[in-house]
Amino acid sequence: MIDLLAFARPPIDWHAAAPELTLLACGALLTLVDIVWLERAKAVSATLASFSLLAAMVPVVTLAVDGTDRAMFGGAYTVDDFSLVMKAVFLLTAYVVVLLSTDYIAKGDFWESEYYQMLLSAVLGMLVMTSARDLVTIFIALELLSIPAYLMATWHKVDLRSNEAGLKYYLMGVFASAVLLYGMSLLYGVSGSTMLSDINATISNSQAEGLLAVVVLGLIFVVVGFGFKVSAFPFHMWAPDAYEGAPTPVTAFLSVASKAAGFVALLSLVFVGFWDRSDVYQPLLWLLSAASMTGGNLMALRQTNAVRMLAYSGVAQAGYMLAPLAVAGESSATADDALSSVVTYLAIYAAMNLGAFAVIIAVARRTSSAEIDSYKGLFRYAPVLTVAMTVFLMALAGIPPFGGWFAKFEIVLALLSPGTAWGVVLGGVVGLNSVIALYYYARIASYMWVEAPPDNVQSSSPIKVPASVSAALILTGLVTLAFGIVPQWVGHFTDVSLL
Amino acid sequence: MLLNSFLLLAGLLFCIGVYGVLVRRNGIMVLMSVELILNSVNINLVAFGAFHGDVGGEVFALFVIAVAAAEVGIGLAIVLLMYRNRLTTDFAEADMLKG
Repeated sequence: MIDLLAFARPPIDWHAAAPELTLLACGALLTLVDIVWLERAKAVSATLASFSLLAAMVPVVTLAVDGTDRAMFGGAYTVDDFSLVMKAVFLLTAYVVVLLSTDYIAKGDFWESEYYQMLLSAVLGMLVMTSARDLVTIFIALELLSIPAYLMATWHKVDLRSNEAGLKYYLMGVFASAVLLYGMSLLYGVSGSTMLSDINATISNSQAEGLLAVVVLGLIFVVVGFGFKVSAFPFHMWAPDAYEGAPTPVTAFLSVASKAAGFVALLSLVFVGFWDRSDVYQPLLWLLSAASMTGGNLMALRQTNAVRMLAYSGVAQAGYMLAPLAVAGESSATADDALSSVVTYLAIYAAMNLGAFAVIIAVARRTSSAEIDSYKGLFRYAPVLTVAMTVFLMALAGIPPFGGWFAKFEIVLALLSPGTAWGVVLGGVVGLNSVIALYYYARIASYMWVEAPPDNVQSSSPIKVPASVSAALILTGLVTLAFGIVPQWVGHFTDVSLL
Repeated sequence: MLLNSFLLLAGLLFCIGVYGVLVRRNGIMVLMSVELILNSVNINLVAFGAFHGDVGGEVFALFVIAVAAAEVGIGLAIVLLMYRNRLTTDFAEADMLKG
């Protein structure tokens, strides 16, 4: 029998866990304030939530300044460059989402304090995900970030569309995590350990033991499970419905943070857990990437609603981000390029997509609609919003000098660097898809600039944009432009390595 | 060691669960099917844990059980909300979002 009294607590590096602990403490404080002050707490909950996120940034910065890689629990929980960059991306994304939510949630009939508590717990899950290097930790982080997200998608309780969005998101989400778990159980069965580094060591020599079939099955299930999370084609069915029905700030959060969390998990799995099995994961991710780009773009072409269009464009963007992983196993130099390009893409995508959603939220205050037709003639009565939307759409399409071009450039560079036929072909698919995507991004832009406004819009008065949404627009716009115009200044932040 | 029989049982449960998720149109039944998949995972984990003589598998299974309980709590809340607004738990009738 195990002697329970002989249990010794594993050493804990408090500095390494400080971002998560700060967020946890602030979330608990938010709950406490809500319980004690009841109605009066509503006024401060958004402010408190945004300060919590900024407070959690402080230890991330001190850890980055310190610069040493830290590992806890036998390497199951690691703090390195990669995890710190992604923690910063998640915290800033959540901060912008709080800015977008403040006015929207306060004006609608929503539960306010609870909304921010859910947001903070989802962000906590994302912070844990960046450091998780072990199957159990990855699974716990995934659920910690997903379960609040299901609730947030359903947050508009009396709206049938929000109910439906939440239900679809929930059912696909739990199905995906169940399939993912089955894959994890097979990988555990082959390796006898839940640590990613041990799994890598075992599955690379399993061909000799005749276990290749189990490894392949486990890998496929795990990649498919996260394929749902990042809404890669053909596992994207939930995304357009959930995005359209959910409250728009929640959609912004799901399409950026939740997707990025799926990518973080995929990255640590591929680079730490499956690295030596490139013969299995490369073809799988190649197919997933090519299908997502092409499928997402083709379906985005025929959308009439801006949020649905961004959902399908998000599927295509997921395809671009998966692309470098399809060549990552060629050499360790390629792997570093591939990882850096995906992290760069995630950071830029977060800025430009949040910016586009900020404009959609601002415009919907006037038109109460996200239909693409309602953007006609926007320039006549909201010139600043039109310019901002054009910047974000052109960034998403990858037109210089806005951030998106640098992201795509890095992706294509990583694809071409090993010089294999598969990489070159996938690079061609990326190029072709960028052209298709330009059409539907440019269509909205031309509606805004050229067409006359529809009759039901009083085009005389300008749209009143709340201060918090303006702040979000300025923040995301600056990041988008910084990555586009001076990538040499900001690009090194996302230059990371996992090997 | 009878590892095979456990894995076969788990595989069977997994297939039934996936079939249920894909075919059933009722929110509650889909939830039950997901539970079947999660239980097949638990059988796998415990069987592999015993096979390797490693306690990690059982610990993982405990985490899965705890998290599945939380997940089902949320799921039932969402299904109940839908039932209140529509008087049905059949999500084939939830078709307002399309395209």
